[in-house]
Amino acid sequence: MFRRRGRTNLIPNYIILLLLVCFALGPILVPLFNSLKTPQELGTNPIGLPRAVHMENYVNAWVQGEFATTLTNSLIYVVFTVAGVLLLGGMAAYSLARLDPPGGNLYLVYMLTLSTLPFWLYVIPLFIMWRNLGLLNTRAGLIIMYVAFNSPFAIFLLRSFFMSLSRDFEDAARVDGANEWQVMTRVVIPIMWPAFLTVGLVVALGVWSEFQAALIFLQKDELLPVTTSYYNFTQRFGRDWSLTSAGAVMMTVPVLALFLLLQRRFVTGLTQGGLKM
Amino acid sequence: MPWLFIAPITLLHLVVVVAPSIGGMYYALTDWSGIGKADFIGLENFRTLFFDDGNFRLAIRHNVLWLAFFLTVPFIMALAVATLLAQTRRGSMAIRTAFFVPYVLPSVVVASIWRMLLDPRLGFGTLLENWGIEGFAHPYLGDKNTALGAIAFADNWHWWGFLMILFLTAMQNIPADLYDAAKIDGANRWQEFLNVTLPGIRSTVFFMLMMTAIWSFLVFDYVWILTHGGPAGSSEMLATYLYKQAFQRFEAGYGAAIGITMSAIAGIMATIFVLLRRRGWDV
Repeated sequence: MFRRRGRTNLIPNYIILLLLVCFALGPILVPLFNSLKTPQELGTNPIGLPRAVHMENYVNAWVQGEFATTLTNSLIYVVFTVAGVLLLGGMAAYSLARLDPPGGNLYLVYMLTLSTLPFWLYVIPLFIMWRNLGLLNTRAGLIIMYVAFNSPFAIFLLRSFFMSLSRDFEDAARVDGANEWQVMTRVVIPIMWPAFLTVGLVVALGVWSEFQAALIFLQKDELLPVTTSYYNFTQRFGRDWSLTSAGAVMMTVPVLALFLLLQRRFVTGLTQGGLKM
Repeated sequence: MPWLFIAPITLLHLVVVVAPSIGGMYYALTDWSGIGKADFIGLENFRTLFFDDGNFRLAIRHNVLWLAFFLTVPFIMALAVATLLAQTRRGSMAIRTAFFVPYVLPSVVVASIWRMLLDPRLGFGTLLENWGIEGFAHPYLGDKNTALGAIAFADNWHWWGFLMILFLTAMQNIPADLYDAAKIDGANRWQEFLNVTLPGIRSTVFFMLMMTAIWSFLVFDYVWILTHGGPAGSSEMLATYLYKQAFQRFEAGYGAAIGITMSAIAGIMATIFVLLRRRGWDV
């Protein structure tokens, strides 16, 4: 359908598309502009370009919002969740795609069905269980949950990547006397790293943005990820938009930079199976 | 040996998701504060929910309105824009990226942006007034007639672009000769859309309609961050109501009953879609 050049007039298309691009990107500029204004200027010029650039909001937000702590926390949650999902999910996906376990298809149906269980169905008993196990208000408690939430998606996507890979490399290694573990770690993973990267990015984005589980399962300030901590921050400094805007920019820039850098992988991963809101 | 590789993640998923889901079904039948012993009271929680709880009914109503909004507005926007974008070539990658950017922003940031833009004194209404367009400055999030719509608008701003990319990807898999054939038959752009594009992507559209129907009953983030369900319950949703009952009023049994009800509604929505699909909708 791309070969129909010149046959239809595309100018109306571009006009509508550009208007919508403004709608998609325009609002993102608002916190960027506001973060550079003084509160006094913001009162008279709430949306437009700043008249003079003030960087001190960033310093203040960084200190008062404890961004050093919370960005580190979020990074910890992201890194450990991604590692856990790729390790455990990768093992399961590899086994399902390659080792032909008896009942493997049944297992897939099981996983597919149970992956649709909604968070709000199990959150209350999970909360009680986490409290009894002493996992409430701990980093490990949140990471374990995140790994479990993300595992069905990772298993399905990694499995389909494994299936699309030729078995010849692995068979060659087996002929040379490698055991299954060695086949996986020495042969499959080096070839599969783009797939792992794709899944890892989708999981990382999900964990970085996650709000509801963090809100419920973590209350200690020093453990909060940047999302719920930022939420508390905006509750506390509700009307100080230059300050909260600086905070918003600081927590968005890392995600946006990574997204623009690795766009294709993000889009593939998210559209192929990361059907999460 | 194969199952040894599968076991760890499965056990984890069982402990975190499956077992508590079953547990929730029991707690829904109890009067329980979350601490100490749970008193078994049968279906009493559900009786209260369905017959005596006005807030619950209000929340369901809002979730249904939310569903109606998200089954129409983002789908129309995404279909229209994907169709326009599929015809273009120059700059189409850049435009795609632009539409995708809001989707990667965390909900707290999106909410923060729209709280500013929807503000009555310092929002987009004031900006329009400066340009001479009056009448748009309104406390959208503070007025109980507009709060729900304003939250849906903000959520959709971040969501529709992603939907559009899904549709666009599906459209690009439609064979080009179908369009050529339509051209030869003298179809105009609208007929082309109806007879070639839409049938070509209908399984994607259908799947996303189903997912939207399920998600619409589980929404939490945007509502909680922007209004906490207020003002005066005008944007209360099942999830925010559950959160308040279970984690603020310590009615864990009652909260579990809400959880089961919303999951059941979502499950019924999904089943309806699956049945429609079997019944000759052929997608």
